[in-house]
Amino acid sequence: MTDFEVPVLSVKNLNKQYGPGCLKCRGGESSSLVKNYCQVCGTVYACRNVSFDVFPGEVLGIVGESGSGKSTLMQCLYFDQEVTSGEAYVSDYENGEKNLFQESSQQQRYIRNHIMGKVYQNPLLGLRMNFSSIGNIAEKLIAAGNNHVGMMESRGTELLNKVHIPVHRRKEAPKNFSGGMQQRVQIAKALSNHPPLLLLDEVTTGLDLSVQASVLDLIKSLQRELGISIVLVSHDLGVIRMLADRTLVMLEGKVIEQGLTDQILEDPQQPYTQQLVHSLL
Amino acid sequence: MNTTYNFAFFDEGSKREIRRATLKAIAIPGYQVPFASREMPIGRGWGTGGLQLTLSLIGMKDVLKVIDQGSDESVNAVNIKKLVSNTTGVEVTEHTSKATLIQSRHRIPEVPLTKEQILVLQVPLPEPLRYYEPSETETKKLHAEKEYSGAWLMLFEQIMKYGGMATGADHPVLVHDRYVMAPSPIPRFDNPKMNANEALILLGAGREKKVYAVPPYTKVVSLDFEDYLFQAEIFADKHCRICGQTDVFLDELVDELTDETVYQCNDTSNCLEKLNSVGVK
Repeated sequence: MTDFEVPVLSVKNLNKQYGPGCLKCRGGESSSLVKNYCQVCGTVYACRNVSFDVFPGEVLGIVGESGSGKSTLMQCLYFDQEVTSGEAYVSDYENGEKNLFQESSQQQRYIRNHIMGKVYQNPLLGLRMNFSSIGNIAEKLIAAGNNHVGMMESRGTELLNKVHIPVHRRKEAPKNFSGGMQQRVQIAKALSNHPPLLLLDEVTTGLDLSVQASVLDLIKSLQRELGISIVLVSHDLGVIRMLADRTLVMLEGKVIEQGLTDQILEDPQQPYTQQLVHSLL
Repeated sequence: MNTTYNFAFFDEGSKREIRRATLKAIAIPGYQVPFASREMPIGRGWGTGGLQLTLSLIGMKDVLKVIDQGSDESVNAVNIKKLVSNTTGVEVTEHTSKATLIQSRHRIPEVPLTKEQILVLQVPLPEPLRYYEPSETETKKLHAEKEYSGAWLMLFEQIMKYGGMATGADHPVLVHDRYVMAPSPIPRFDNPKMNANEALILLGAGREKKVYAVPPYTKVVSLDFEDYLFQAEIFADKHCRICGQTDVFLDELVDELTDETVYQCNDTSNCLEKLNSVGVK
């Protein structure tokens, strides 16, 4: 046995800025910034030196107010956006020795298709609304190199079963589905190629409470069953409390506090975290 | 011959620009090269792409044949033939083997082409991924990264909906193991003819301003799945009612008075040649 577990995902000093930056804001370090916005050149520093590790089978929660850089961070990790600087390593890709952000766009696409799954807050981004639900799942399977219709159909049906989409509706387009069902199709799609790493961006925001509960339940049981690692972004502390083993708190693009979820929720150290925890109804 | 126009209607600069795009297209088989599609005396969508290729390539010694859906005598074919011969004075023919330059709308002639010949196909929609991804910027990226899951996904959807691949025409092909290409809406029957064809095949889309090519002896594979193989249209037990040929693409005609279904050669000049070779009874 090794002394230390190897992280599935390791992110080091990730920076993302929108805008050119100027002498006044000095790469986001200046105190003249309003939150993370430079009033001189209009640059927004969305993520500033974000570093963290995700270990096998772990659920890492990320909380923070809106505009704190949570979603930008997730988009950078899934290569939807280019990072300004920083490194990320995935243990399943090249033994975790290659910085993902330096790889070519073909390689990044390979990583997305083979190693990651992502569920977006808005199903419009994660699904093709005019294609059938099973086709949406097949899209990810085809991208990961499958070329057998029968196999893809049975895998798709199995996954849709798992997320409680009735079998007779599997050939229907997600545009005909309710928000909660669309979200579940997204989860099935993200899980289709057995990704070791799943990125969940505000999956339950906007869903009603009972659907929220069933989606969360589903994620929890799938995570236990398949042993996947999850990075979970939410501004809902209830979701974080239920799912996350460890939690990062982000504010103005920076990680201001991190630790075990219980620790963060029971004994917050930073003023912002304290305020956040105490405003929990 | 009308000498008030420059030879072959276009000015020399225009012809050179189109030929330059054509050369690039030949150098990168299956890649869609943008070109400055000219205003033509016929409407866009009526074969302007093919016509521009023809006019840019034609020389005094060429022999021209124009086909419209297999027919040498339909309005589109006759008018294009008239325009070209009027501005060049070249010989026109109906015999496939006699022609050096063949412009065709949606058919590859039944008579095998030779290395002395160039086949120009008119293309309405050059982008095989257009239905899957409406944005040109995005499809360009997909081609660059050889990300063709969308092309297979469209076929997968057809299998889910109709139980088999249902492309009537324009079944996508993979050219030279690199680019997925729309073979212009030729019937599936003609797809295998593109593979390792001796003639140079050029495809021009006037409205979409793209030129692409399949050079002689290039590998062209129709897309399919392991358990759903590509299949050309089959005309089992059917033969042309006029000339009696069996291994050709047949049109299905229904006589509305007698409700009788009859079959007849789609390639009219081939049918006529066959009749002439046996002689009139």
